[in-house]
Amino acid sequence: MTVAPLAPERADRVEARDEEDHVSASACPACLAAPSAEQMAKSGDIKGARIMLSLPTAHCAVCITDVEREMEATPGVRSARVNLTLKRVSVDAESGVEAGDLIARLGRIGYEAHELDPGMLSATETDKRGRDLLMRIGVAGFAMMNIMLLSIAVWSGAESATRDLFHWISAAIALPTVVFAGKPFFVSAFGALRHARLNMDVPISLALVLASGISIFETMQHGHHAYFDAAVMLAFFLLVGRYLDYRTRAVARSAAEELAALEVPRATLLRDGLESIVAVSDLQPGDLIRVRPGGRIPADGTVTDGTSETDRSLLTGETLPVYVGPGTVLSAGEVNLTGPLTLQVTAAGKDSSLHRMADLVAMAESAKTRYTTLAERAARAYSPLVHLLSFSAFGFWLWWSAGDLRLAINIAASVLIITCPCALGLAVPAVVTAASGKLFRKGLLIKDGTALERLAEVDTVVFDKTGTLTLGAPVPENLGDFDTETLSIAAALAAASAHPLAKAIHAGALEMGVAPARLDDLREVPGFGVEGRLGKRKLRLGRSDWVGADPVETTATHLRLGEAPPVTFRFSDHLRPGAAEGVALLRAKGKQVLLVSGDVEAAVAKLAQKLSISEWRSGALPAEKAALVADLMGQGRRVLMVGDGLNDTAALAAAHVSISPATALDAARTASDIVLLGQDLAPVGDALRIAKQARARIKQNFAISAVYNTVAVPLALIGLATPLWAALAMSSSSITVSLNSLRLR
Amino acid sequence: MSVLTYLIPISLFLGGFGLVAFIWSLKNRQYDDPKGDAERILSGQYDDHPKP
Repeated sequence: MTVAPLAPERADRVEARDEEDHVSASACPACLAAPSAEQMAKSGDIKGARIMLSLPTAHCAVCITDVEREMEATPGVRSARVNLTLKRVSVDAESGVEAGDLIARLGRIGYEAHELDPGMLSATETDKRGRDLLMRIGVAGFAMMNIMLLSIAVWSGAESATRDLFHWISAAIALPTVVFAGKPFFVSAFGALRHARLNMDVPISLALVLASGISIFETMQHGHHAYFDAAVMLAFFLLVGRYLDYRTRAVARSAAEELAALEVPRATLLRDGLESIVAVSDLQPGDLIRVRPGGRIPADGTVTDGTSETDRSLLTGETLPVYVGPGTVLSAGEVNLTGPLTLQVTAAGKDSSLHRMADLVAMAESAKTRYTTLAERAARAYSPLVHLLSFSAFGFWLWWSAGDLRLAINIAASVLIITCPCALGLAVPAVVTAASGKLFRKGLLIKDGTALERLAEVDTVVFDKTGTLTLGAPVPENLGDFDTETLSIAAALAAASAHPLAKAIHAGALEMGVAPARLDDLREVPGFGVEGRLGKRKLRLGRSDWVGADPVETTATHLRLGEAPPVTFRFSDHLRPGAAEGVALLRAKGKQVLLVSGDVEAAVAKLAQKLSISEWRSGALPAEKAALVADLMGQGRRVLMVGDGLNDTAALAAAHVSISPATALDAARTASDIVLLGQDLAPVGDALRIAKQARARIKQNFAISAVYNTVAVPLALIGLATPLWAALAMSSSSITVSLNSLRLR
Repeated sequence: MSVLTYLIPISLFLGGFGLVAFIWSLKNRQYDDPKGDAERILSGQYDDHPKP
């Protein structure tokens, strides 16, 4: 796979966006298990001794035991551990052990496994930031419980010395807790202030500092009110919101990384007649590479040896396989179908056609304006308001009480604590967590945090054809027209080839209960078809010119039985399950549905008619697709682009929000915001509904916290708010908001 | 009120004990694979420490 030049670039950009998320890849679970010196010495000289395999079907205790036992029974494997949450097994093995062997062994005991590129996964493996946040939540939680215990005693009427004692103990617990648990907010607020900006963390930090400072001062003066519990509770609830937010993004990112890591970018390099496996990024123009049938072309090149057919549907949307022989120029991303090919690399890395596609994507992305989320908009309006309120309260009371600084600061602090966006901090992450969990169970993976909100605004949906609305796998249409003898011969010839059309004929014949005939001299001619002999009759199944048949416009293959005129098997692409329902659902909701494909007109028109899509375009080039989407966006439409091919990537990037199936090329998945994990397309319609509902819930949550504030803020402003009031308002609003988020259906 | 001299240290100790236990479990990577750990209890294999 050669999409490597695209993926890291995008990854950089993502990393820049949330650089805090970056975690080091150094820590490893192996270090905890303290391996013996001998083992350490052994693993020291082995590069890549840890093999990671994805186990999509593992789900129970028996799976864990089976897989671990099988792996540990393999010679050369030191240990293996299954992680069921991530559905992965990590195998610690000696250098001779190949991932392929392990996958074959697992296949024999009935487990599907795929190799993962450990380099792509290292960032999520440690999850340092998540554990750091959990630790802070734990500390804040324990401190909150203890302080609350003491505070309840104070509220229920502890007097003089007892009250002071309780306040002092609370202070001893609260101050270190606020420093430790509040660190993420202080760091972020400081960062914002240094750039002369206000973010949500500024009022939060100010409230934490003021609440602790005032409480210490009051305690020293033997005052009645201390806000230690409020300060710690604030930190606790806000950290919970932060953690939920982080989890959603981390889960999505680790799954997205896993998808990327599934395609290990390697190429088979031929040097002095010897084959060696190298990374695609190491290829140089002029290198000779070998591509086996079923393999993807890793770099642009010219064929020097071998004949075959290639499937370029992911590049252009064409469904018809193309003949390839010496001298044919191939682009990276095509799939070799029948015969082994030797290629001379003409362009790799930055010069390849893949990289030009990446430029197109980058252009489309830079043209797109950055989306402002609801939370950001709320924060932008909210934090100046909070500061203004508390400062004016301070000024007013200072003037009213003729210079009583202590009273003024007390009231200003209570205003700040009560308005502090506890519920606001939970309002968005709680809903997003609930919604993305729901979508994940339906088979949709949200890759970008803001995608859910953008999805809710969609009014126009643009579909790609091949591989998106259709499965990209051909199904024979007219098998019923032939007699059993013809079918049995065709099935026997087809069984000799791994070509998708041949496989489809074979499977179709078996399904009709036709047994393959017994043929002699079966031979596959790469690039042309299969030939064989039945008695005296020479048989050929394959391309029209080779068989001697008239070419037809749809996807087809031809069969010649001896001297009789050839017969034609026609194929159509199978509709993706749920495609019809999905499209119907979208239209029923009043969305405009468009079909844009790079395929020939006949095929596109047929599909459009089948799904009753009235607006469609055929033969669209990648740039035209992107232009169409950009044009719709220019008209003020909110476009959802659903596509899988390289030719869709620019359009995916240009659209308001984009979805690609998991079978799509890495580049397309990287460019899209949401990945469809299953085969079924029906969840797309559902996703729009859930996104809309999630957006409504977020707004509702904002309204709920606003209601609490309109009740509590006036009390604080007139100086009637007590720590008990603050604690009640804060916890009840946070809990209502969380419960409201869980109502998502 | 002298009972406070016992109760406060006891409550602080219990809270602190819980906190230490939580931190220990976190550092020990007990939250890395919650689903797997829930299933592993059903397996007959002796397995008392995480394999690398």
